[in-house]
Amino acid sequence: MRTILFIVRKEFLQIFRHKVMLPLIFLMPIIQLVILAHAADFEVKNINLHIVDQDKSLASQQLISKFQASRNFNIVGYSFSSRLAFDKIQSGDADLFLEIPPHFHRGLIRDNKASLQLSVNAINGVQAGLANAYANAIIQDFNGQIRTEWAKTRAGAAPAGLSITYSNWFNPEMNYKTFMVPGILVLLVTLIGMFLSGMNIVKEKEIGTIEQINVTPIRKYQFIIGKLLPFWIIALVELSIGLVVGWLVFDIPFVGSLWLIYSFAAIYLLVVLGLGLLVSTFTETQQQAMFISWFLLIIFILMSGLFTPIESMPEWAQAITHFNPVAYFVEVMRMVLLKGSNFMDIRLHFIVMLTAALAVNVLAVVNYRKTN
Amino acid sequence: MVPAITAEKLTKKFGDFTAVNQITFEVQKGEIFGFLGANGAGKTTAMRMLNGLSRPTSGQASVAGFDVYRETEKIKKHIGYMSQKFSLYEDLTVRENIQFYGGIYGLPGREIRHQIKELIGGLGMQEYANTLVKAIPLGWKQKLSFSIAIMHRPEIVFLDEPTGGVDPITRRQFWEMIYKAASEGMTIFVTTHYMDESEYCGRVSIMVDGRIAALDTPRALKEQFGASSMNDVFLQLTRPNQKES
Repeated sequence: MRTILFIVRKEFLQIFRHKVMLPLIFLMPIIQLVILAHAADFEVKNINLHIVDQDKSLASQQLISKFQASRNFNIVGYSFSSRLAFDKIQSGDADLFLEIPPHFHRGLIRDNKASLQLSVNAINGVQAGLANAYANAIIQDFNGQIRTEWAKTRAGAAPAGLSITYSNWFNPEMNYKTFMVPGILVLLVTLIGMFLSGMNIVKEKEIGTIEQINVTPIRKYQFIIGKLLPFWIIALVELSIGLVVGWLVFDIPFVGSLWLIYSFAAIYLLVVLGLGLLVSTFTETQQQAMFISWFLLIIFILMSGLFTPIESMPEWAQAITHFNPVAYFVEVMRMVLLKGSNFMDIRLHFIVMLTAALAVNVLAVVNYRKTN
Repeated sequence: MVPAITAEKLTKKFGDFTAVNQITFEVQKGEIFGFLGANGAGKTTAMRMLNGLSRPTSGQASVAGFDVYRETEKIKKHIGYMSQKFSLYEDLTVRENIQFYGGIYGLPGREIRHQIKELIGGLGMQEYANTLVKAIPLGWKQKLSFSIAIMHRPEIVFLDEPTGGVDPITRRQFWEMIYKAASEGMTIFVTTHYMDESEYCGRVSIMVDGRIAALDTPRALKEQFGASSMNDVFLQLTRPNQKES
């Protein structure tokens, strides 16, 4: 135990002695958090909508005015045929068009039903999905409104229990920053942790000081724990700063327990740092360690479900995400901070992370050789 | 008395290349044993096998009575090592380096504080105590490395070209430190390619191409080769063809 403390102290001395390192470790991630949270905004505004109104009725006017009122849509033109509207999409003037067929109003009154057609340019899949979702939300809203309004004039004919509920996903007021910030925070903590630990042992190999350590009676686990602890502490401090920024700047709700977040983070960091140290044990130069760390991180980040939903990945890719620690932590952060999930909700995440932490660090200890 | 180091047909191969080829020797306790050889003769590799950093390919060896295959960690408790590469942390101060290595060797806090005072005082380095190691002159660094390598009072200390690149005065001081350690009963195993330094050793082995070509006291070696200095002995061994021509 005492030996470990001597290593920890040495690491801290070395980290804080380098004047460049402090801003690198603490300031840069905060800047990144603030910038990325604003940039990674999936909210789609100003969707160009073209309207094909073949009904020209009170109902169609009401529906169109609802779209006009929405801040997500700009109505860029009107025409009478879908062929013309299609040309607008082709030319790029419109992102989608809404076709209101003839007899729309009559259908609503007589048959209590009517159909509409939305045609969306889906080259940008994310935008298309959201445009579709927003349009649907508006149409449903319209639907609910006419049912209540018209029910008054036609007593007795009120439709039975038709209620529209919004899910947040479709809520134009939904703040994407609260959704993104916890995830981005995970990435930043991961990046710092993995690079610091990944470069560490290999740096001692390059300088040659590792020889001097290897010729002492130090135990391998003492060495690895001594190397792990300082970065573990730094990463947790980093996470705390990030959470404070998230709370102050982005109004992250903190619905769930912070203890839960920290307990999970503590285990998660053991996985990430252990992985970094493992990389450090089998590489010979910092350059090699850098390449391998990047390779892992890119896969971890792009497959973490932060930027693209895991559910929309092909099945084999979804299978890979089961081995991605970042995906687990992103999910836990969102579940606990935004939804208020409790321990029972994320107990599986805990079990997986604990197993991984154990496996990675045992591997790191085994793979660190004092005798070659 | 059990020898401090024994090696029998100790061999290390890297692929097809035989770095150390069946070397056999013994080092007695308290002896200053010089390990000579040209660059690439296998000195460092041999030393690394003995101090547990490198696993031998074949042969037998024991250090402080422990086997170099099975008991490397026990060996490490009884030895000190000063590697050819500079082994102190350049971004730590002199004091912090002493503290760190003292801690790693498990010295109690009181002993570490004592050593800091003793060591810095003994070296006359008071003015450098809180200086980063990278800022102190090479000669000081080497003397400091040696002091740290023997801080935990090992039975045997391995020195790999400890005086490389150091001025003659500092080399002289360095050897005084070595003599002092030996007089306290420490066994010294030192590699060098300064032939004048080999005269300071009790016995000397000269490695050529991975083998031990000669092993005896400096005086006996000079007599054996009819040479006036160890330099001559060395040249005869490493370049036998030149002598004939």
